[in-house]
Amino acid sequence: MSILVGNDTKLVVSGLTGREGSFHGLNNKRYGTDVVAGMTPGKGGSDVEGIPIFNTVHEAVEETGANTSMIFVPPRFAADSILEAADAGIALIICITEGIPVHDMLRVYTQIKRSGTTRLIGPNCPGVLSPGKANVGIIPAHFFSEGNVGVVSRSGTLTYQIGKELAERGLGNSSIVGIGGDPVAGSSFIDVIAKFEEDPETELIVMCGEIGGEEEERTADYIAEHVTKPVIGYIAGFTAPPGKTMGHAGAIVSGSKGTAAAKAEALEAKGVRVGRTPTEVAEIAAEKVRTAV
Amino acid sequence: MDLLEYQGKQLFSKHGVPVPEGRPASTVDEAVKAGDELGFPVVVKAQVLIGGRGKAGGVKLAKDGDELREHATAILGMDIKGFTVHELYIEKASDIDEEYYAAILLDRTAKKPMVMMSRKGGMDIEAVADEDPDAIATVHIDPLLGFSDFHARRLGFDAQIAGDVVNKVGALLSRLYETFVEEDAVLVEVNPLLITKDREVVALDSKVTIDGNALYRHPDTAAMRNPSAEDPQEQMAHERGLTYVKLDGNIGILGNGAGLVMSTLDVVAQAGGKPANFLDAGGGSKADAIVNAVEVILSDPKVTAVLFNIFGGITRCDEVANGLVTAFQQLNPQVPFVVRLDGTNDEEGRQILADANLPNVHVEETMLGAAAKVVELAG
Repeated sequence: MSILVGNDTKLVVSGLTGREGSFHGLNNKRYGTDVVAGMTPGKGGSDVEGIPIFNTVHEAVEETGANTSMIFVPPRFAADSILEAADAGIALIICITEGIPVHDMLRVYTQIKRSGTTRLIGPNCPGVLSPGKANVGIIPAHFFSEGNVGVVSRSGTLTYQIGKELAERGLGNSSIVGIGGDPVAGSSFIDVIAKFEEDPETELIVMCGEIGGEEEERTADYIAEHVTKPVIGYIAGFTAPPGKTMGHAGAIVSGSKGTAAAKAEALEAKGVRVGRTPTEVAEIAAEKVRTAV
Repeated sequence: MDLLEYQGKQLFSKHGVPVPEGRPASTVDEAVKAGDELGFPVVVKAQVLIGGRGKAGGVKLAKDGDELREHATAILGMDIKGFTVHELYIEKASDIDEEYYAAILLDRTAKKPMVMMSRKGGMDIEAVADEDPDAIATVHIDPLLGFSDFHARRLGFDAQIAGDVVNKVGALLSRLYETFVEEDAVLVEVNPLLITKDREVVALDSKVTIDGNALYRHPDTAAMRNPSAEDPQEQMAHERGLTYVKLDGNIGILGNGAGLVMSTLDVVAQAGGKPANFLDAGGGSKADAIVNAVEVILSDPKVTAVLFNIFGGITRCDEVANGLVTAFQQLNPQVPFVVRLDGTNDEEGRQILADANLPNVHVEETMLGAAAKVVELAG
């Protein structure tokens, strides 16, 4: 088992004919992901290394039975692409695009929640990898092996860093989920941790947060009430000054709100151990696994 | 992107939010001319992106041209909490009867816009929230439905706005919401929202933050950028398309990916060092981006050592190493560099650095080892 993507994933890529879209889409296919279709308006009938291209997502779904969408289009078209995939009945949309205007995402998020049939991961995220099964996005899969640690993170490279440190200690992963660095994200830590809690393969959960918003604080409460599996936390941005956006659109301390210290404290107050460095996170994970055995 | 008061008010005017008449000025003569055009008395207001300018002496009433000249001379060039005043806003003085507060912001938890209204304006709203939370009324707005009259009524009555102006305040809120959505703002704040002696409603101040990701559809707003107010390194980085934030330490930092760079700053601080900057070279960093980044980092005279912390995913470590070699050829840095390369093509990257034999470049295996080393070398 794994969460979100796996052996049943049938992927349609919006933007597969673009430079980034084709590079990563084909990379995902080589990994073993069942990439069934691409969508680029006006290029229907062509193909990218044998993957058929359709003019609309609706057509792609009808012809191929695609159930998962990856969005790889420029930011000004991305909100529309997400809505198209949702309207076509796609159950899981993973949006890699960075730089979507937040007002676009407010409308998209509200519509997707209202329809109730689609889950959105991202935007501004590295995607989802279930080692040995499927990779949807830009996560470099060779750092990760199959195993029992579920990882959920707002950051890409930081996740690879932690993943590699886990691998060095012999720990593999059920799934790695990048929820993205935007202020309005389709899925939250809570959404993903709830799925890890249900997943029999996942024994341990690592959540990797950062400054901005209060997701991590809310997640701490959720973990205390609903999660039986051990959770290890990490928070980036202790040295971030207030009022400055630290790379990710959502990574900003506003006044006294959204600090790393407050997030780490909230998690620790609910019994979640928080590693102070990526290395310490991996050490705690290894220790938890040892004591569980 | 934060706007100056007068820039925010230009957007307010465009959407029918009433504001007092005013003119921006960047010289004393321009200020005096503005005063003559507007008619006295006027208020001379420092245009800086920081609160508390009134207390700092950056807002003064002028009864005539002589007073205006005196205040404009004093305020232009003034330092307010580290921000130099380059521009003034000369505004027709208003008769103040009451001061309210109104704001619309993005509530990240609810994932909806939130409108706030209070009859206690003119002071710090966080202080009001602490002392008298009942004085603040809030409503969330469905982004697909927008702002309705009932939202305005709820806010007005919940905040106990005076009955004779409650409809006017509601109309202003509706215009303010239009500004928030159509200008792609993530914050619009009016403090104070003024009730004049004639019981008219005007926005006496503005604080507006526009979503940087949406500037492509607002070329006029994008052009409002005020580079003279920006830090020189941040300005240089912005021109080169780099994500850079100036900090006050002495260890220059370069990494790839926002989370990893934030984590690198933290690890350096834990090792006893003080980061000079945040710099995310981005995914797929190519050699020329690295050269640009090194130039921006070294342009900060406080920097005594530099740490490269790269975890290659899309980014290839050999590209980064090549960029560093080119940067050394072009810039001949005089400070030590610590380089940690991990991930995609890390061995090739380290080999390139070993072959180039760059002076005072130290290669470390781990992130923690690299942090300790750079702190030691930075002195």
